[in-house]
Amino acid sequence: MAAETRTDETDFGEVSRLKDRVFESVTLAAALFGIVTLAVLLVYVTVDAVGWLDWQFLTSPPHPLAEEAGIFPALVGSIVLMVLIALVTFPLGVGAAIYLEEYASDGRLTRFIQLNIANLAGVPSVVYGLLGLGLFVQLLSFGYGTLLVAAFTVSLLILPIVIIAAQEAIRSVPDSLRQASYGMGATKRQTIRNVVLPRSLPGIMTGTILALGRAIGETAPLIMIGVPTTVFGVPNGLFAKFSAMPMQIYTWSSYPDTAFQYGVVSAGVVTLLVVLLSINSIAILIRNKYQTERS
Amino acid sequence: MTQDMTTSDPDESDGTTASTSPDPGGFSEARTQTTQEGTSTAPTVVESRDLAVYYGDEQALQPTTMEIPEKQVTAIIGPSGCGKSTFLRSINRMNDLIDVARVEGELRFRGKNVYDEDVDPVALRRRIGMVFQKPNPFPKSIRENVAYGLNVQGKEVTDEAVETALRRAALWEEVEGKLDSSGLDLSGGQQQRLCIARAIAPDPEVILMDEPASALDPVATSQIEDLIEELARDYTVVIVTHNMQQAARISDKTAVFLTGGELVEFGETNRIFENPEHQRVEDYITGKFG
Repeated sequence: MAAETRTDETDFGEVSRLKDRVFESVTLAAALFGIVTLAVLLVYVTVDAVGWLDWQFLTSPPHPLAEEAGIFPALVGSIVLMVLIALVTFPLGVGAAIYLEEYASDGRLTRFIQLNIANLAGVPSVVYGLLGLGLFVQLLSFGYGTLLVAAFTVSLLILPIVIIAAQEAIRSVPDSLRQASYGMGATKRQTIRNVVLPRSLPGIMTGTILALGRAIGETAPLIMIGVPTTVFGVPNGLFAKFSAMPMQIYTWSSYPDTAFQYGVVSAGVVTLLVVLLSINSIAILIRNKYQTERS
Repeated sequence: MTQDMTTSDPDESDGTTASTSPDPGGFSEARTQTTQEGTSTAPTVVESRDLAVYYGDEQALQPTTMEIPEKQVTAIIGPSGCGKSTFLRSINRMNDLIDVARVEGELRFRGKNVYDEDVDPVALRRRIGMVFQKPNPFPKSIRENVAYGLNVQGKEVTDEAVETALRRAALWEEVEGKLDSSGLDLSGGQQQRLCIARAIAPDPEVILMDEPASALDPVATSQIEDLIEELARDYTVVIVTHNMQQAARISDKTAVFLTGGELVEFGETNRIFENPEHQRVEDYITGKFG
């Protein structure tokens, strides 16, 4: 170890690894905590959902009897809502990110916008619900609890996340590629269109899809804008009332019948989680596909 | 300190440099410049006049006056941070992309100051191609890489144009038949030749090269050097390099920038390397410069 304890030229001594091992265990425990909790949750709801989650549940409308209750209208509502949110947030988010990364100069205004986007990403969803109620329902009269209002409201909620993800993806495009493009006599728009966007698209899509995953689980803003707790048919237009899976699950959980509280709610939760995890898997697949193509 | 550099050539026949015979009004005509040998002449394509570049408060390039002859290889050498890349990138206004960069003086291309109000840097770059230090092909197919300039410049993309550019870049034989595979699948040296093909496909008048071989192995480097000499038949080549042997091998004219962004000596490559006028240049070339 230290020079004075060295007895022989070839005796290097030993350095204690005890603290290393303790530290490793602590970090491992931290890593396992979340995963184990999630696993326990999944096991519990899956066990409860057995016997309830079947084809009849997925394809039927809600029903006062637990045995005949289904999630179909809410499932379709959630998926349609998500598609609408994607259509709203993708162009707005990418547009804002392109402006902030490629056009805006690093001035006070840019930093102000940037700071506010970061802050907006942390605003509680119920506040966005309030905004949606005031802006879209009352001011613009899009109607209580309609698909359109919900799409705009939840879009506002996840827009900051999409913008930040798109900004990061655009920033990660190597400057050497932009230089190559400008050096060829390309305009800024040509450079963004031909070089920056194709290269950053996987990152933008991953970020957007993960944000959509957050959107599909949101309940509070839907309650605020008056989305009905239970609907029996699928929405037939932008101004139609609809329901979404988290709303429906929330409603079932307040039923007095324990068959609803455990079985039907669990079946709904599992359905929601499966949809959510599928979306996240798609995001990961897209990312991996393009990452291997690029390297 | 700055004005004697271009007239440092002791040969009296070289009497048409900017500082001794200013030519107001008549810049659009390419003036001839007598070379050291006094026989061959080449018109000036690019010419800087007291060109200085600042990055914020820092001066990266001292006022520089030099003339770059047509269809020759002009090498710019010097130690790191001597302003050689800055000078190169001021020719096609790539420094415009840096927010804090500021340019004083004039940089004339075919007699026109490219920093005039009415010059569009994008249009300028369509006439002056550029090859960068690190090979930077787009993550697209080989064909799309070569066609990029033609595409953005609104020119017709033909198979012949792609093939010609790849042949000129001495890459055709290696990529023939796999034009649709990614440019990133090529080796480093091939990627750099692809970048050269990309630069020459729209047929620019000048090709700027910023240390094009510094990231390559010796074999690839020698291929690029052969290619540069070949390109000088059709194009004016300006190459920045920190490799003095490379400059000596491939260039007709050499400019030596030294620390502080100062052009110390500019002239025929042979003379610069055999008989430099300034002691600092000799020290640098012989490796004594520290």
